[in-house]
Amino acid sequence: MDKLLDQFSIGLFFWQTVLFLALLFLLRKFAWKPILNSVNEREQKISDSLELAEKTKAEMESLKASNENLLKEARAERDAMIKDAKETASKMINDAKDKAKEEGNKMLAAAQDSINAEKAAAIAELKTQVAAFSIEIAEKVVRGELSSADKQKALADKLAEDINMN
Amino acid sequence: MGESVELIAGAIKLIGAGLVVIGAGVGIGRIGGSAMEAIARQPEATNKIQTAMLIAAALIEGIGFAALFAVA
Amino acid sequence: MCTFAADLENNKSPIMQKIVRFLLVLALITPVAAFASGGHGDDHGEKKEKTKEEKRAENKEYVKHHTNDSHDFGLFTIEGEKGEEDSHVGFPLPVILWEDGLHIFMSSKFHHGHEVVESNGKYFVLDYHDGKIYNADEHGNILKKEVDGEEVKLAPLDFSITKNVLVTILMAVLLFFLFRGIAKSYKTGLAPTGAAKFFEPIIVFIRDEIAIPNIGEGSHKKYMPYLLTVFFFIWFLNLAGMTPLGINVTGNIAVTCALAIMTFVITNATAKKNYWLHIFWMPGVPIPMKILLMPIEIIGVFVKPFALMIRLYANMLAGHIVLGSLIAVVFFFDAFLAKTAFVGLTFFLNIIELLVALLQAYIFTMLTALYFGAAAEEAHH
Repeated sequence: MDKLLDQFSIGLFFWQTVLFLALLFLLRKFAWKPILNSVNEREQKISDSLELAEKTKAEMESLKASNENLLKEARAERDAMIKDAKETASKMINDAKDKAKEEGNKMLAAAQDSINAEKAAAIAELKTQVAAFSIEIAEKVVRGELSSADKQKALADKLAEDINMN
Repeated sequence: MGESVELIAGAIKLIGAGLVVIGAGVGIGRIGGSAMEAIARQPEATNKIQTAMLIAAALIEGIGFAALFAVA
Repeated sequence: MCTFAADLENNKSPIMQKIVRFLLVLALITPVAAFASGGHGDDHGEKKEKTKEEKRAENKEYVKHHTNDSHDFGLFTIEGEKGEEDSHVGFPLPVILWEDGLHIFMSSKFHHGHEVVESNGKYFVLDYHDGKIYNADEHGNILKKEVDGEEVKLAPLDFSITKNVLVTILMAVLLFFLFRGIAKSYKTGLAPTGAAKFFEPIIVFIRDEIAIPNIGEGSHKKYMPYLLTVFFFIWFLNLAGMTPLGINVTGNIAVTCALAIMTFVITNATAKKNYWLHIFWMPGVPIPMKILLMPIEIIGVFVKPFALMIRLYANMLAGHIVLGSLIAVVFFFDAFLAKTAFVGLTFFLNIIELLVALLQAYIFTMLTALYFGAAAEEAHH
């Protein structure tokens, strides 16, 4: 212990304290602060970048998912549209068919009607013609029958016979 | 007579200091050995073990120095 | 043992001889063995101008001289021929003394302790053995004073720029420009370049492995400059001590004392309520224990920085003494193999010392952070 105290140099202690404190303040101002700040800044930057990458990845993931959804939706819509179009088309065709059929039927009916009418008219005319002919024929026959007395008498007999018989 | 008593006293002092230094050496050795084993068992805790080891060794070392400077 | 080895050397093959010699050298590493061989090896010593005892004393002086502070920056010494003085090669440093006024002159005026220097009517001499400056009369007799029946040499207050102070200044300048340069290098881009590549991981290590675990995230920030400065300061001064210039700054009690006092002051000046509570009224223990623990904790407050001071001082000084002694031993032996072996051993210990230089800086910083952590801790019970 005595040796230790004997060796202690106040001058050295003084200079050491002064030099160390000077070095401490100079380094703190000019070295440690900028160095530690740069290191911190870089670490912050790295962690930020990593975070950003993670975030971007997640975003990409969600974007992908939403894209898929969108695609699915679009597909569904397209399918629906196609279906719709198909339906419309078939409906239109059916409608057209129905209409055509109806029209056809109508036309057919009209034709039938007109045919019937023509037929009736023709029959009616035929009837009148036939009647006219019949009368003519009957006139001629009657004239022939009634051309002589004999014949008249015979007729009358015959008629009378017919009546008698009844 | 007085001189020889002084000599013996000095010798005893030195022996005492020697004993303390031996004790400190054994202690530091044990700390080092245990730390080695601990590190072997748990390599992932190496840093913590090393720190604790150095602190404990430094404290024992302090006692050793105290003994040395008491006789010096 | 020596005779036994000699017998072996006479009888066995050259290879065996070498092995035996090597083992002998290893045995001589222990101081006791060295002592014994020194005592018996007179047959060689007498032929030389210097005896082994003289050489040993010289070596001891050499080790002591190289671990002590000095008033001039000695680079090397050329041994003088018989009867001549040794000539020292180096440069003088300014001497600043306070003795009823300021006295400033160059240390070369002392001529390595051979002359009395007069300054403003006062006389000073340099004791070359302990490297200190004492008050003297005009004939160079050191002035003494009676204190408690013992004579104490009178010394002025010595604020000289000694070798250690000069090295500290150089290292401080080096550290400043080095880390200023690193700080500037970040301006061009955030990626470390040049020296920053090497030092940045160390800075980050001190932050992540020393400061944050011991002090706690957040409050570690205000302690970081001190921890970083103290770590690099100690490390660089330790490394400066590894140069062959005989620098021993951190192995100096005044230096480590200055550092430990700074840790002590910062710890207690920034301490929060919780720290004082743990010292004066330990929570969670019964009242008799609280009273018992109080003096222990108060002693602990002073013991902690004291241990910090002693640890660094003793480790660095011991390292220098061991290395210096080994280098001296290289010159102490004449045998080529012994010299070679000690050169190898010195080299090995040098590498260990390089590790110790870093380790001691780390431990000092680590324990400082630990004490700061106790001071900065908030109550969380």
